[in-house]
Amino acid sequence: MKNGSAFQRHLRIRQITGYINGTLFFLATLTGIIVLIVLIVDVFKDSLGWLDWQFITSYPSRKPQEAGLLSAMFGTLWVMALTALFSFPVGIGTAIYLEEYAPNSRLRRLIQTNINNLAGVPSIVYGLLGLALFVQALALGRSVLAGALTLTLMSLPVIIIAAQEAIRSVPESYRLGAFALGATRWQVVRNIVLPNAIPGILTGTILAMSRAIGEAAPMIAISALVYLTFIPVSPMDRFTVLPIQIFNWVSRPQEGFWHLAAAGIIVLLFVLLTMNAAAIILRNRFQKRTEE
Amino acid sequence: MVNNVARLEAKSLELWYGKFQALRGISLVIPQNQVTAIIGPSGCGKSSLLRCFNRMNDLIPGSSVKGQVLFDGRNIYAANIDPTEVRYRIGMVFQKPNPFPKTIFENVAFGPRVNSFIGDLEEIVERALHRAALWDEVKDRLHKSAMQLSGGQQQRLCIARALALEPEVILMDEPCSALDPVATLKIEDLMKSLAENYTIIIVTHNMQQAARVSDMAAFMMMEEDRAGVLVEYGPTSKLFTNPQDKRTEDYITGRFG
Amino acid sequence: MDSARTTVDVSSLSLGRLRKQSRLREAVIQRLLLACALISVFTTIGIVIILVVQAAGFFRKVSILEFFTGTQWTPLFQPQHFGVLPLVGGTLLTAGIAILVAIPIGLAAAVYLSEYAQDRVRRIVKPFLEVLAGIPTVVYGYFALTFLTPLLRNIFPDMIVFNALSAGMVMGAMIIPMVSSLSEDAMVAVPRSLRDAGYGLGATRFEVATRVVMPAAVSGIVAACILALSRAVGETMIVVIAAGSTPKLTLNPLESIQTMTAYIVQISLGETPHGTVEYYTIFAVGLLLFFMTLLMNLFSQWFVGRYREKY
Repeated sequence: MKNGSAFQRHLRIRQITGYINGTLFFLATLTGIIVLIVLIVDVFKDSLGWLDWQFITSYPSRKPQEAGLLSAMFGTLWVMALTALFSFPVGIGTAIYLEEYAPNSRLRRLIQTNINNLAGVPSIVYGLLGLALFVQALALGRSVLAGALTLTLMSLPVIIIAAQEAIRSVPESYRLGAFALGATRWQVVRNIVLPNAIPGILTGTILAMSRAIGEAAPMIAISALVYLTFIPVSPMDRFTVLPIQIFNWVSRPQEGFWHLAAAGIIVLLFVLLTMNAAAIILRNRFQKRTEE
Repeated sequence: MVNNVARLEAKSLELWYGKFQALRGISLVIPQNQVTAIIGPSGCGKSSLLRCFNRMNDLIPGSSVKGQVLFDGRNIYAANIDPTEVRYRIGMVFQKPNPFPKTIFENVAFGPRVNSFIGDLEEIVERALHRAALWDEVKDRLHKSAMQLSGGQQQRLCIARALALEPEVILMDEPCSALDPVATLKIEDLMKSLAENYTIIIVTHNMQQAARVSDMAAFMMMEEDRAGVLVEYGPTSKLFTNPQDKRTEDYITGRFG
Repeated sequence: MDSARTTVDVSSLSLGRLRKQSRLREAVIQRLLLACALISVFTTIGIVIILVVQAAGFFRKVSILEFFTGTQWTPLFQPQHFGVLPLVGGTLLTAGIAILVAIPIGLAAAVYLSEYAQDRVRRIVKPFLEVLAGIPTVVYGYFALTFLTPLLRNIFPDMIVFNALSAGMVMGAMIIPMVSSLSEDAMVAVPRSLRDAGYGLGATRFEVATRVVMPAAVSGIVAACILALSRAVGETMIVVIAAGSTPKLTLNPLESIQTMTAYIVQISLGETPHGTVEYYTIFAVGLLLFFMTLLMNLFSQWFVGRYREKY
């Protein structure tokens, strides 16, 4: 036996240390979950009694009891629809180009690094870009269109990266089989790659959208209004969005407004939940179909 | 089994992965300071058996063991034995060399450090590298990354790493299968010299290698339900020239496997 | 007749014309897709040009030295001071608190998920942490102001309603998933054989996790932390709502400060006319912010490239 040797081993201490630390690691993981639960419960509590039909169908007002989300909701809907319209094709197109058409050259790596960096640019900087470019230089004013274009640029990197991953996961053997039958590159993309990559692409784009919905900072920078009592009816109208409305209410010292903010948060979270659930359901349905 | 002290003994050993039985009724006695080879066709459970000797199978969720493995008379699977205790005294070298992405020195020093060694680390590292026949090749670059070594050198480094703990038994799981012939021969020579001071058990699918290096050989096979069993066990020379079991003979003469 | 192409009706076309038509279409499509890809390039160029040009308007009136070394920031008051250090200080203070919270918890969670947790537990816990990342920042800001600040004021009676500590802690919670998810990816990528080697030498699970796996994954872990810091630096709404709007160079987290991002929001909410120095300040600050986060992101990419182990 080696017991008398220079190895002290301290087995007991090591076992205890390991056990304590293992428990600490587990508790740390729990902390994240606990924070999430506390946050949601707290918001929920604050919103009780304030979230009702009148809330959803009224305009903001100086009196908390009469205020509502209507203009913000419509603004969000408008902006989201336009953002989706612009960003999906461009994002997917970029991903297709990078994965299927671009040779492994310096240009491609440059574009890729560029996209990775754009994903890390703070959202307020995109707001400044939107202000100077869309609102001022292109003279679009502080309109829904300017807001949508700004959010498009902000969402593009996320969409591109998600779409790239989805396209990359399509097995090479599928493409080779199609090429061997004499298909052109676009035919391969359209008939083989895209149908198989759609579930991943959809999930990624919906997730990108759900991030964009919650962004107040870039919209504030392009001066979306904070207090709006009409619904935008054209892309050139002024607008406001849900997170800005919530922010406006949180910034007021009177107590009633904080409850409004909480109610608004519940609505926002509900919208996000629905979008994420839709993303997951869509992905599952598409996956089943391609497996048939 | 002649006049050698028994070191490790498996008694009616069974290994289960969940509901699947991987090993059945394995009983054999490993003599001290000899090289024992475990041979057999692929999938017959040789590596699984080897991993039973240092309780590495414990790391696979759902695995369970019946029977006993005696080390110096004590069952290593007894309830009050910590696996790390076993692995500190029974070392292992793996099929594909797996040095840590640290310096050569740090790789060899890892075992002693983790096991709270008190004393001169540099001396222990140097001794281990000497015993693994690697010292001359690395003595000038101990603090360079181990990942820059060749495959054969990396494997000898892994052997040195195991030797640094001064184990009593060394388990080797197909240690040469990822190496070129020149590196293989170096390791085979190393095995024979190490056997003077250590008990070595090696798993190999290469019969010629078993014939070259081992003193004792155990032949395993997979039965119809895919459980591995011990077919024959004895001195290598006898197993290869005069096998008792027909299945052994078939394997050795290349009729299958 | 050529029947391999099932997507085009071949009967009325000769093979030669078919080739030319589809060649033209392929070329057009490729150009279109390239144009899409170039939009992202133009975005970056646009950001840089706009920030630089507009900031130039600022630097025509204010010296660079004063901007980078002045310790007072009062562009909206008389006398005007344009030292950006208080804003940078506010940003770094809140971001510092955030990563002090997020790195220990995030790394611990990553170790737990990759080395200790069973598959079932992982599958339940991971989505929860992802949700934490998906919550809009205004919600976090609300939480900081209405829940955390009153709570902390019970412990620190000197604390002002708007303070760096609340905002920083909540920001930390927001970036925990970033640290844990990216670190966990790095640790999971460490091959099993290295862990086996550690166990084979008699190490305990804790020792293998901290002395084999984490060092082997260090490049990914460091990158994760730097990216999380960069995110905290760029965060806007949480600090706008909960950290205050008083630019002040201080290390005291109980005080009210203003970050670079909060300042930009403050001006945007106001009625500052175009073309004035005050208007240009948001671009000068924005430019500085952009470069800070860009440098951090580039550094993290370089770090991974230089130090990552290839398995």
